[in-house]
This record gives sequence, C-alpha cells and structure tokens, in this order.
Amino acid sequence: MRRVLLWAPLVLFALVFALVASGLLRPADRTVHSAMVGKPLPALALPALLPGKPGIASAELKGKPRLLNVFASWCIPCIAEAPQLMKLKQAGVEIDAIAIRDTPEAVQAFLASNGDPYARIGDDKASRAQLALGSSGVPETFVIDAAGRIAYQHIGDVRADDVPMLLAQLEKAK
Amino acid sequence: MIAEAGLAALWLAAAFALVQLVLAWGAARAGTSARSEHDERQSFSSEEEKNGASTSSARTTSGGAAPMTALRRIALVQGLLALLSFVLLIALFVRSDMSVVLVAENSHSLKPMIYKVAGAWGNHEGSMLLWVTVLAAAGAGVAMFERRLAVGTLAATLGAQAAIGLGFYAFLAFASNPFVRLDPAAPDGRGLNPLLQDPGLAFHPPTLYLGYVGLSVAFSFAVGALLMRDVGPAFAKAMRPWVLAAWIFLTIGITAGSYWAYYELGWGGWWFWDPVENASLMPWLAATALLHSVTVLATRDGLRAWTLMLALVAFAMSMIGTFLVRSGILVSVHAFAVDPTRGTFILALLGIYIGGALALFGARVGTITQGSTFQLVSREGALVLNNLLLSVILGVVFIGTLYPLAAQAAGVQLSIGAPFFNKALVPVALALAVATAAGPLLRWRRDNMNALAKRALVPAAAAGGAFAVIFALVGGAHFVSVLAIALAVGLGVASVVPVVRRNLRRTPLHVWGMVIAHLGVAVSIAGMAADSAFKTERLAAISVGQNVTVGPFRVTLADVHPAIGPNWSALEARLQVRRGDGEMFELFPQQRFFSTPPTNTNEAAITTLLDGQLYTVLGQGDAQGRWQIRLWWKPFVTLIWLGGGLIALGGLLALIGRVRRERRADAEAEE
Repeated sequence: MRRVLLWAPLVLFALVFALVASGLLRPADRTVHSAMVGKPLPALALPALLPGKPGIASAELKGKPRLLNVFASWCIPCIAEAPQLMKLKQAGVEIDAIAIRDTPEAVQAFLASNGDPYARIGDDKASRAQLALGSSGVPETFVIDAAGRIAYQHIGDVRADDVPMLLAQLEKAK
Repeated sequence: MIAEAGLAALWLAAAFALVQLVLAWGAARAGTSARSEHDERQSFSSEEEKNGASTSSARTTSGGAAPMTALRRIALVQGLLALLSFVLLIALFVRSDMSVVLVAENSHSLKPMIYKVAGAWGNHEGSMLLWVTVLAAAGAGVAMFERRLAVGTLAATLGAQAAIGLGFYAFLAFASNPFVRLDPAAPDGRGLNPLLQDPGLAFHPPTLYLGYVGLSVAFSFAVGALLMRDVGPAFAKAMRPWVLAAWIFLTIGITAGSYWAYYELGWGGWWFWDPVENASLMPWLAATALLHSVTVLATRDGLRAWTLMLALVAFAMSMIGTFLVRSGILVSVHAFAVDPTRGTFILALLGIYIGGALALFGARVGTITQGSTFQLVSREGALVLNNLLLSVILGVVFIGTLYPLAAQAAGVQLSIGAPFFNKALVPVALALAVATAAGPLLRWRRDNMNALAKRALVPAAAAGGAFAVIFALVGGAHFVSVLAIALAVGLGVASVVPVVRRNLRRTPLHVWGMVIAHLGVAVSIAGMAADSAFKTERLAAISVGQNVTVGPFRVTLADVHPAIGPNWSALEARLQVRRGDGEMFELFPQQRFFSTPPTNTNEAAITTLLDGQLYTVLGQGDAQGRWQIRLWWKPFVTLIWLGGGLIALGGLLALIGRVRRERRADAEAEE
C-alpha cells in the first residue's frame, strides 16, 4: 500500500500534465456561445425606441426566417457591419434589432450616418433582453427560423464574407 | 557589440552548466562511497540514525575534494557569466539601443531612467533571463557557502541545479533570445505598457522570481538528498535558509503585487483570484508548509518523506505558475505576450524536471528510513496540522485555477472567481489561524491537552472578548468577518505568548521571527476581514461644486483640470474631503493618457488614515459636464499589507537568527 502511495504524486502530476498539455494543443474558444440556440425565442416585449418603428414582441417574430441584430450606437464594430446589414436588407432579408443601453437621439444619429436596415428596433435599456438571448456582447446576430426558434448565433460583426453564409442559414431556417 | 557579448556570455554560462552537471555526476558517484566527516557527526547526534541509512564509516572529505573544488568554482563562474549577460541586457536598455528588437519593442528613449532599467525585465525574454540569472547565482551561492552537507549530496544538489539551468538556457537560446538584433534599427522604441510604469514594477517581478528560483534550490537539495539517500537534520539545516529566503521574497513579492494592483488598477480590490495571482500564491503556500516541516526535520528528525515531497511540490508550483503565465492557456487580467511554442517548451521542461523528480521520489523514498515519531498533541502534531491545512488550501487553489481548463476539455466553458475561493477557503483559513495560535504554545515531542488549555486561556479569552464586543457593535450581518477578526485578535495575543515572561535579550532571534510572522498573519487576517465587512462604496456622477458622501466622508468635486507628467498628460480632479467636522484635505485622482504606446490609465488617489483608506477614482465625463467619481472607504485595509510586511520581517529575523546560530555551531565544532 505504502509503495503504491509513493507513486501517487507522479500519477497525479501525469494527469495534470496531460490536462495542461491538452489545453495547449487545443487553444481555447474564448467566445461565449448562447445556450439558447435551437430553442424558441424567449418571451421579449421591448418598447419601440424610435417613433414610427415598432418595438420587439416575440410573438410577432414568426412566419418567415429573419435576423435579429443586437447592436448599439456606441459600438464601433456595429459601424463596421452596417454595410453588410444593408446588403442583406437589399437581398430581401427582414432584420429586426435590439438596441442595448442606448438613447433615441444617439440611435437616430447612428442610423442617419450608417444606414437603417431595421424593420423593428426594441429598446433594451438594461441589457435584460440581451441576457435572455444568451448574448454576451455587441454586435451579435441571431437567425430566427419561421417557427420563431433561434436557429443560429453569429458573434461579432458581420463581415463581407459572412453574408453568403448568413443567407444560407436563413434559407435553411425556412 | 553589447548584445553579441550578452549572448556569448549566456552560451558560455550554458556550457559551464553542462560541465557542472558532468562533474557533479562524477563527484556524486565518488561521494556515494565516501561520506563526509560532518555527516558522521550528525549521525551520532541523533539517536534514530543509528540503524539508519548512513552506515558508511569512511571519513574521507578528501575523497571528493578535488572534483568538489572544481565543481564549486565552475558553479561560481556559471553564476557570474549569467549575471554578466543580464547586466549587458540592462546596459542595452539604459543606452536605449534601438537596434535590439527587445529594446525597440519595450522601451523608449524618453522614458524615465528607472523604467528603462525596469523595462529590461518587464517583458518575456528579459524576465526569463532574470530567472536564469537568479538560478545561476543561487547555484553559485550554494557552491560557495554550503559546508554542512555531505560531499556527495552537495555534488548531487549542484548537479540538479545545473540540470535545471541547462533547460532554461536552452529555452532562452532557442525560444526567447533577448539579444536579437533589429536591422535596420528602429528610430525609437514602442514604449513600456504605462500600467507597468510604476515603482511597483521595478521590484515586484524580480522579488517573485527570487522566491521562485530560491525554491529551485530547495528542489535541488531534495533531488540531491533522494539521489544520495541522505535525508536528516543536516540536510534540513542546509536547506532551511534557502527555503526561508525564498519564502521571504515570495511574501514580499505577493504583498507588493497585491498593493500594486490595488492602487494601480483602480478597481479598489486587493486580490482577484486571477490565475496569475494564484500562480504566485501556490508556491507560497507550499513554501510555507515546507518551512514548517523542515523545522520538524531539523529539530526532531521527523517528517522526512513529507519534507522532500513539499520541496518538490514547491518548485513544481513555481514552474506551473511560470507555465500558466507564459502559455496563456487560462484567461487572465495579466496579458503577457503569449506564444504556444514557448508554452510547449516550458511544459516540456516541467515534464522532465517535475516528472523526473517525482519518479525519483517514488523509486527512492521507500528506502529512506522513517524519522523519529511523536505524539499527536505536541509541537510536531500542530505543525503537521498546519501542513495539512496549508495543503488543503493549496489543493483548493490549484483545483480552482485549473478547473476551467478541465471543464474546457469536457466542452464546458466556465470561469471560477472569488465566490468559490472565498466560500471554500475561509473556513480552512480560520481553522489554520487557530492551529497557528496553538502550535507555538505546545512542547516538542509530547504535551497534554490540559496544559495547552491553560496556556491558551488568555488568547482564547481575548478572542471571545473581541467577538462579544464587535458582535454587540455591528450585529450578525457579517458573522464570518466578525469571527475572523476575533480569531485574529486571539492569534495576535497567542503569538506573543512565547516571548512573555522570558528574558527578552536571551530569546533567540528565530523565536522573535516566529512571533513577528505569526503576529503578521493575525494583522493581515484582521485587515482582510475588516475590509470585506465594513467597506463602503459609492459611484456617483457629479458636476463641479456638487458633493457626495461615502462612509464618514463628504467629498466635494472642486474642479477638473489638465495635468502633465514626463511622458503623459492627464485630467485631474480636485476632490475636497471633510470627515465630519474635521480638517478639510484634498485628493487628486487622475485619468492619464500615455502617447507611447497610446493608452489611458486611471490613477487612483488614496489617502491613508489611521483607521483605513479613502480610495478615489476619476471616471468619464459626460455631455452635461458631470464626472463619474468612484469612492471607497476601506476601514483598516492597510493592515493587510502591514501584516504581509510583518510576516516577511519575521522570516528575515528567523533567517538571520538561524544562519548566525549555525555559524556559531560550526565555529564551536571546529575548535
């Protein structure tokens, strides 16, 4: 028994070694994926942020696949992804949005200079809806399928080469 | 030329390390058949050794004398060459030689001189060179000053030290060469991260490194002892000063690092359970346990295998710490330059050294005879309890640090922070405080509970009294903190008991060391508990002229104006603070802008009062002319670092006391 015990430290060390070696070989995925993917959209009822543009109500986001974009006027990558969102809009995609911790004036100015791809904009003053979606930052873009389920989560800004992929995801979500 | 000379010195040092390893091999083999005179003397002085491992009777110090002399000199030369290499690197930084990649990337000609010098180790390559320099210097120190150990064991120790050195020389030469030239030279450097432009940086990393590397000496001693099957009081006494020194440096490094993070990062916290902080805490915990078990081994010849194990674990923790910091496999606020090649290299070294040493432990420790035994209720018993509790804390920190990695291997992402560590560790730490209080009240070998109870009466009464008073004042809202403060009071009283009613001038220095270090633990615990229970925080957006209250203070934003420093500009708030009806004083928190590299930092303004600190941070301004002001009142928070300082001071006194006593014993033995 004592003999075995004397080798225990080496065995323990070997286990730890294997663990950290595996950590080194497979670099960590630092993005936080939403646990809500594949599940129905949580019940959201966000008031309209801008006059003339409706807010977000989960029940209305059904019938056809669409994008739900989580953005903010104070977010720099959101400016970078604006042209791609405009392109998606031109391709006939309905894009709804949740504005995080924002004000009507700031969003108005943001849309005036970067274009307005949004059909609806919900006002999420305290990031509650964002957390309910399992989103951890801005911008993020969710593909919502025809049945109102979250089909796909895109983390970070939408780059030019992401556009065909998102269109394919939307096609799949019909 | 300086860079080339530095690289040459490094390679030469590596060559000497190789020679040292080969020579040590020979000398250790010669030493196996010939044990030194000194070892003999030790054997007879302890009764348990009679049927122990040292049966050899050859009294030949001369047997290994010639190779030993050569070995000592080679270790010295290796140390000097490494030191030369490091000095040359500092020279490159001082001259702002932008034809060297490392200088161009981490320095700037307009930086204040202290940060030019500190910049030499404020980066990966330079810090690894510092590491290897300290390692080589420590090896030289062992070679020059160690006279107590058996010749063979000393040779094996120096061999182990050389083997470790070789790995790190290879790491520097092949994966982290600090002397690489830049052609053409850069017009000027990119500057040092402004967060690091602080006197704290000049001292924090080198201190920690001295501690880490000091533990490598303990590791080498343990490997030498295992190889030669020579574990006893002589070995413990030879190893103890190195463990003590390493432990002092780790204590200072952790305390200074904690204070640095506290005032420089502007978060108002002093410990964040960040993986890199844990990486420095784990070796400290192991070294603290080792420090106590080595005393049992030196005084009573007990805990032989356990002490060896701890010596191996302490250095293993230092290396794992280095690996975690340098490989970037864990998410940390300490953003070091991360490079998978380097991570792999350090991991390979870790596997070779620690894996090898633990294999040696498994194979050899069974042949090391059991040391003397003792009763459960005794000084040794309390030290074993201390070791067990420290090991539990170490285990919890270790698991908490690496668990996210294990979870990730299983496909789950998570992070572990303060809630886990606090919940898991506070009860163990409080139990440890009780054990720390009881230990010095017990006699060696055998004691009884009634006697302990009698001696513990005053400290226990003090703890009970403190608990009753504070509980009556603040109620049950912060039960754990109040309990912690009460136990700290008890520990504080108990820690001075060993010098009460003694002739203070005849009390040995190492006893004073223990008393002061234990008192420091009590002071530090009290500070942590007071801060966690009684701090108040206030975040407000106010315009110039408005005021806000935090704790007993009323803080008025008098104005916000620009300020300028040697390589930064800033927005500075003038805060007028008044406590009750007391004297008004001013604080000036800043938002600094550095141009090289372009970075913003928050400079908190902190005022230290007798009963705590007021901590103020200036945040962003908004369009309406209001400024975010963040304020903390932290009662008795300074005790945390004061305690840390006392712990280190206690260690220093113990070190001086031990070394002087050993010297005297050696001198008497020679007469």
